[in-house]
Amino acid sequence: MNFKTTIGLEVHVELKTNSKIFSPSPVEFGDEPNANTNVIDWGYPGVLPTTNKGVVKSGIMAALALHAQVEPHPHFDRKNYFYPDNPKAYQISQSDKPLAHDGWIEIEVDGEKKRVGIEEMHIEEDAGKNTHERDFSYVDLNRQGTPLIEIVSKPEISSPDEAYAYLEALRQRIQFTGISDVKMEEGSMRVDVNISIRPEGQKEYGTKTELKNLNSFNYVRKGLAFEEQRQQRVLMSGGQIQQETRRFDETTGQTILMRVKEGSDDYRYFPEPDLPALNISEDWINEIGSEMPEMPGSRRARYVSKLGLTDYDAMVLTQTKEMADFFDQTVALGADPKSAANYLQGDVNAFLNEKHADLQDTDLTPANLAGMINLITDGTISTKMAKKVFKAITQGKEPKAYVEEKGLIQLSDPAQLQPIIDSVLADNQQSVEDFNNGKDRAVGYLVGQIMKQTHGKANPKVVNQLLMASLKK
Amino acid sequence: MNYFEKDLASLHDDLVAKKISVTELVNATYDNIETTDSDVNAFLTLNKQVALKKAAELDEKGIDSDNPLSGIPLAIKDNIVTKGLTTTAASRMLENFVPVYDATVIEHLNSQGAINIGKTNMDEFAMGGSTENSAFKTTKNAWDYNRVPGGSSGGSAAAVASGEVIAALGSDTGGSIRQPSSFNGIVGMKPTYGRISRWGLIAFASSLDEIGPMTRNVKDNAILLSAIAGHDDHDLTTSTKKVPDFAAELNAQTSVKGMKIGLPKEYLGEGVDQDVKDAILAAADKYRELGATVDEVSLPHNKYGVAAYYIIASSEASSNLQRFDGIRYGHRSKNIHNLDDVYINSRTEGFGDEVKRRIMLGTFSLSAGFYDAYFKKAAQVRTLIINDFQAVLKDHDFIMGPVAPTPAFKIGEEISNPMTMYMNDILTIPVNLAGLPGMSIPAGFSNGMPVGMQLIGRPFDESTLYKAGYAFEQATDFHKQTPKQGGKN
Repeated sequence: MNFKTTIGLEVHVELKTNSKIFSPSPVEFGDEPNANTNVIDWGYPGVLPTTNKGVVKSGIMAALALHAQVEPHPHFDRKNYFYPDNPKAYQISQSDKPLAHDGWIEIEVDGEKKRVGIEEMHIEEDAGKNTHERDFSYVDLNRQGTPLIEIVSKPEISSPDEAYAYLEALRQRIQFTGISDVKMEEGSMRVDVNISIRPEGQKEYGTKTELKNLNSFNYVRKGLAFEEQRQQRVLMSGGQIQQETRRFDETTGQTILMRVKEGSDDYRYFPEPDLPALNISEDWINEIGSEMPEMPGSRRARYVSKLGLTDYDAMVLTQTKEMADFFDQTVALGADPKSAANYLQGDVNAFLNEKHADLQDTDLTPANLAGMINLITDGTISTKMAKKVFKAITQGKEPKAYVEEKGLIQLSDPAQLQPIIDSVLADNQQSVEDFNNGKDRAVGYLVGQIMKQTHGKANPKVVNQLLMASLKK
Repeated sequence: MNYFEKDLASLHDDLVAKKISVTELVNATYDNIETTDSDVNAFLTLNKQVALKKAAELDEKGIDSDNPLSGIPLAIKDNIVTKGLTTTAASRMLENFVPVYDATVIEHLNSQGAINIGKTNMDEFAMGGSTENSAFKTTKNAWDYNRVPGGSSGGSAAAVASGEVIAALGSDTGGSIRQPSSFNGIVGMKPTYGRISRWGLIAFASSLDEIGPMTRNVKDNAILLSAIAGHDDHDLTTSTKKVPDFAAELNAQTSVKGMKIGLPKEYLGEGVDQDVKDAILAAADKYRELGATVDEVSLPHNKYGVAAYYIIASSEASSNLQRFDGIRYGHRSKNIHNLDDVYINSRTEGFGDEVKRRIMLGTFSLSAGFYDAYFKKAAQVRTLIINDFQAVLKDHDFIMGPVAPTPAFKIGEEISNPMTMYMNDILTIPVNLAGLPGMSIPAGFSNGMPVGMQLIGRPFDESTLYKAGYAFEQATDFHKQTPKQGGKN
């Protein structure tokens, strides 16, 4: 029997705003517990929420990046449940009229392109954090009220690979808007997953299971693949899928039953009476649209058609907005695009991996990278010297000044090189004889001697030309 | 201090002229409370130390002659949070709760030099119409100590009516300012929804709650409303409309001549006492005499107001009161073994019966499978009620009718029957559902107990209500009647 798989993804993205979604408390992590809280975050008697306009703007940017329709009058709803990290015992979210709906993103799996629909996306507040020690539990409300966007996919993802590609594309597009760091390892992107299968030809969806503890895109793919197989085995052996929540085990790659769900949780959603519906004008949406950074897809196309990069180079450079922006600025400062692309993918990436740093957190600047590449292109330095210069520009040094200070300027003047070549030839008559007897290897030795005499500064290209001319005389 | 002989303007003149110092006035107010409150039980907490300190500062600095509230002692309903002063909402849940911030209305009053004399009793979390649902004490009607003061702002009403203070703040979700004002023969205004910030008002039903002034006459009420109204960045449901100087519009020329008044036939129907009907019909005649026209109008969906209200208000309350969970503040049970115990036992011990009843009703109304039949239907009824009012107010300046179907009932008479108690609000609830301004003013007596008249206006047109109320006051002397000391007429 053949089965069709249907996967649903709910992605939470944490927004990088200065203050919380409904209170003026700062959004900062790593501070002392409850340092970034006020009466609103405590759910104190008599307090009221006020909506952070910046969060709405970020939400609209996300909507535009995901080709979604922005709702002109979205409103908030209360989602009611008791938990110590949820001080009002309700989360202000959106259910009935979310910020945007009906979007899509394009994914590519095995060279095949496909559009995956987005059902809706809404803005809401995050909860605080509970921690437990032996005899006590503690509540830290610093995270309470941190703005989130939740993005809900349509049931159009039909394989674990598509789910992976969807998450990659989603992360990338959101990352390019600059509204979030979208890092799963830091919790600024969180994914809830559900999956069901049904026999080919059956109209109704099968019973779905939810997966938890998926802390990377890879785990999402692995967990879904395991779950897809497991559900198939159950159905093939005549069993039934239960509506349940399963936990992904990173060490075994399997999913383990956490709890069976009976019906759905009742959050008693109702319109938030403390907040009037938002008023989002067409003009505002257009204004935000005009300020939107260029999305990765259009950048890739531009790199290939206008700058002559390969598809692969273009893809690597558009993994993050920071990398793509860095590349654009480096090229804008006159650097050869292909060299800039090579440096960013090679030395720069190696440097970032070694330092475990993000591009924007280092001292490397587009101006200095472009400066170095331009020095190579015009022959001032050799690619070998460039290794030293690269190290210097990662420390924020200006390449031209550094090259001058260290005397790294390449010796390219034949008038200066010829006497050195002459003297090396005079001192190595044996090698000259070897060359004349057809032993090409002798050239390498002679070049080495010339480089030694010039402390490595001689331009190898010029040395080669002059040496060959002298030998053939 | 005999507040029965004073209004805000004359008191202000006395303070400016230094006929009395602020300290003397504050002390005199506490003397009033000392004499009367052991019978009336209007206050839960007194603010004597801070009030006297502020009085001394004002005496030192001098009264602000431009500010009618400078140096005036006021009482505050105990669901309005006051920094450093216990605020309980008359609930065991908040018995020892001392807020760290002031409500916006308190900030307004403080900045204008008014002095918070103390916090008044109420039905727990403003749920009730007799103040019998207070967890702490039973407040008495100023006119008859065997009768309820109404509610939920019963403490504020009794404090003003018994002459303990000159004015107080109350809050009104379904009639909680107007009904106790009616029962105690004073003036109570529930302003338009959005006129006054709810920041610092302990929420009962967020889409209905409104703070308002309770005074012994219309002009004092107008002064107090201007002082506390206006947009607040903390409350996005407040209006940015300019707040008029309401009192400045009330003078010898104030008249209802040419005004069109609607008298809904449903407001004089079954269940309304004959004495109450007679008082309202007499008031209608008085308005005609003063040059207004009074037509019979109809508000056909008002009769569904009580049903819709108890679903909407209870639904919102069930959510609003979830924060009282024993985790961060308020009552926490000592009988705890796990997290569920914290929630269940703290709430079981901390809330009274009426609060629990409404939490259950609201939780049910919002539950999956019932939402459409209850909450959603109630919201639709609310729209019909709004439409009814709009239709009438399109060609009427305001609507008049009774506040409550009866005068104050006896203590203990209705507390065991919630449905009877809920029906008392039938004439006030629609005004909250529609978000309109509604005012209660004294309009007669029934067996010695005050009967109030309700004036209902267009959104943000409290001015017309004050003018109409003032004109009525000038032509009648109901507001001049005072309860006899001891509450036995």
